[in-house]
Amino acid sequence: MAFIDYYKILGIDKNATEKDVKAAYRKLARKFHPDLNPNDTEANKKFHQINEANEVLSDPEKRKKYDKYGENWQHGEEHEKYAQQQRAQGGRQYSGFGGGHGQGFESYEDFGGGDFSDFFQSMFGGAGGQTRGQVKYRGQDYNAELHLALKDISETHKQTLTVNGKNIRITIPAGVENGQVIKIAGHGGPGVNGGPAGDLFITFLVAPDPNFKRDGANLHTTVKLDLYTAILGGEVTIDTLTGKVKISVKPETQNSTRVKLKGKGLPVYKHEGQAGDLLVTYDIQLPTNLTEKQKELFSELAGRGKVKGEG
Amino acid sequence: MATTGLIAASEFCTYHHVEYHFINSLSEAGLIEVRVIDEGTYIPETELQKLERMARLHTELEINVAGIEAISHLLQRVEDIQEELRTLRNRLHRYEED
Repeated sequence: MAFIDYYKILGIDKNATEKDVKAAYRKLARKFHPDLNPNDTEANKKFHQINEANEVLSDPEKRKKYDKYGENWQHGEEHEKYAQQQRAQGGRQYSGFGGGHGQGFESYEDFGGGDFSDFFQSMFGGAGGQTRGQVKYRGQDYNAELHLALKDISETHKQTLTVNGKNIRITIPAGVENGQVIKIAGHGGPGVNGGPAGDLFITFLVAPDPNFKRDGANLHTTVKLDLYTAILGGEVTIDTLTGKVKISVKPETQNSTRVKLKGKGLPVYKHEGQAGDLLVTYDIQLPTNLTEKQKELFSELAGRGKVKGEG
Repeated sequence: MATTGLIAASEFCTYHHVEYHFINSLSEAGLIEVRVIDEGTYIPETELQKLERMARLHTELEINVAGIEAISHLLQRVEDIQEELRTLRNRLHRYEED
């Protein structure tokens, strides 16, 4: 447990007045407040430090103790006695509804101030003592990742996750994007002093698929087509996310021709009944290892002169 | 009329140490939606998280309603840009695999 220089954190010197402390805190809090820096864990960490520094330096009694024992906090009977007293006084009370009423896909949000350092806890006995009336103490937000295959997001389904020893059943909406974050309210760390629990943020990571490339709700795939089917026409069986489909190939189909299978892509996120398209690109394969007879036939075909569109 | 899923504005003000005027100003600025039922003002639960964030900005950082309005617009732009960035990254990923 290292000593924390609260003056350095607030960017003030040891002779700073109460007004200076307040001004420095206000300035930094406006810069690093979690509500102003969504999804920024660094800013959130910094805000915790600023809060802790302010908690000590804005309270004359705490500041006096800190100045006296700060760097030598591990020694000194008086300090220990003080810390015990503070612990006995208990914590502040949470007042508020907590941030757990949002639905679904919100950005990261946290109150600062709940997680004081070990140094603070040891010196001042937890989060007790002076309070800034409005400060609330929610539990810590948890972040988790859920790896999915493309097929997993072809329809809405439920999945059970184990987070910190607790089973949570969540709905995975069809068509969810790679990197999309879902918030499960109240499934983060427990609150402090009766405060509400934090939230659980789950990031969906959709793995690239070997057969399909995704572009929003549309899927792209490449299908090999033999020369004869391409020239004469026929049928080809194609794998889609929901099974195989047979499609007809027009005669004289050119290489890289693209056909669209309407509604055979991914479901459109949160738009039930709507789906993207599957775009199939033909990759025409030229025959190899021809027999003598086949070569003869190609020579004969070549001998008949150029066909329309050739060369 | 039923008030299910609604929080009384007075209750919110008590818990968060904000004046009723604050909620009224946010509502007038179009930043939150409130419902008036039998002369009482209520906040839909769906608005609560947004309102709590604004209350924190107001009480913890002493930001006035005009400031909160500006911040809300900028945060919305940041979220939109982050969303666009994510979509573009995913699209770029498609070409990188080729």
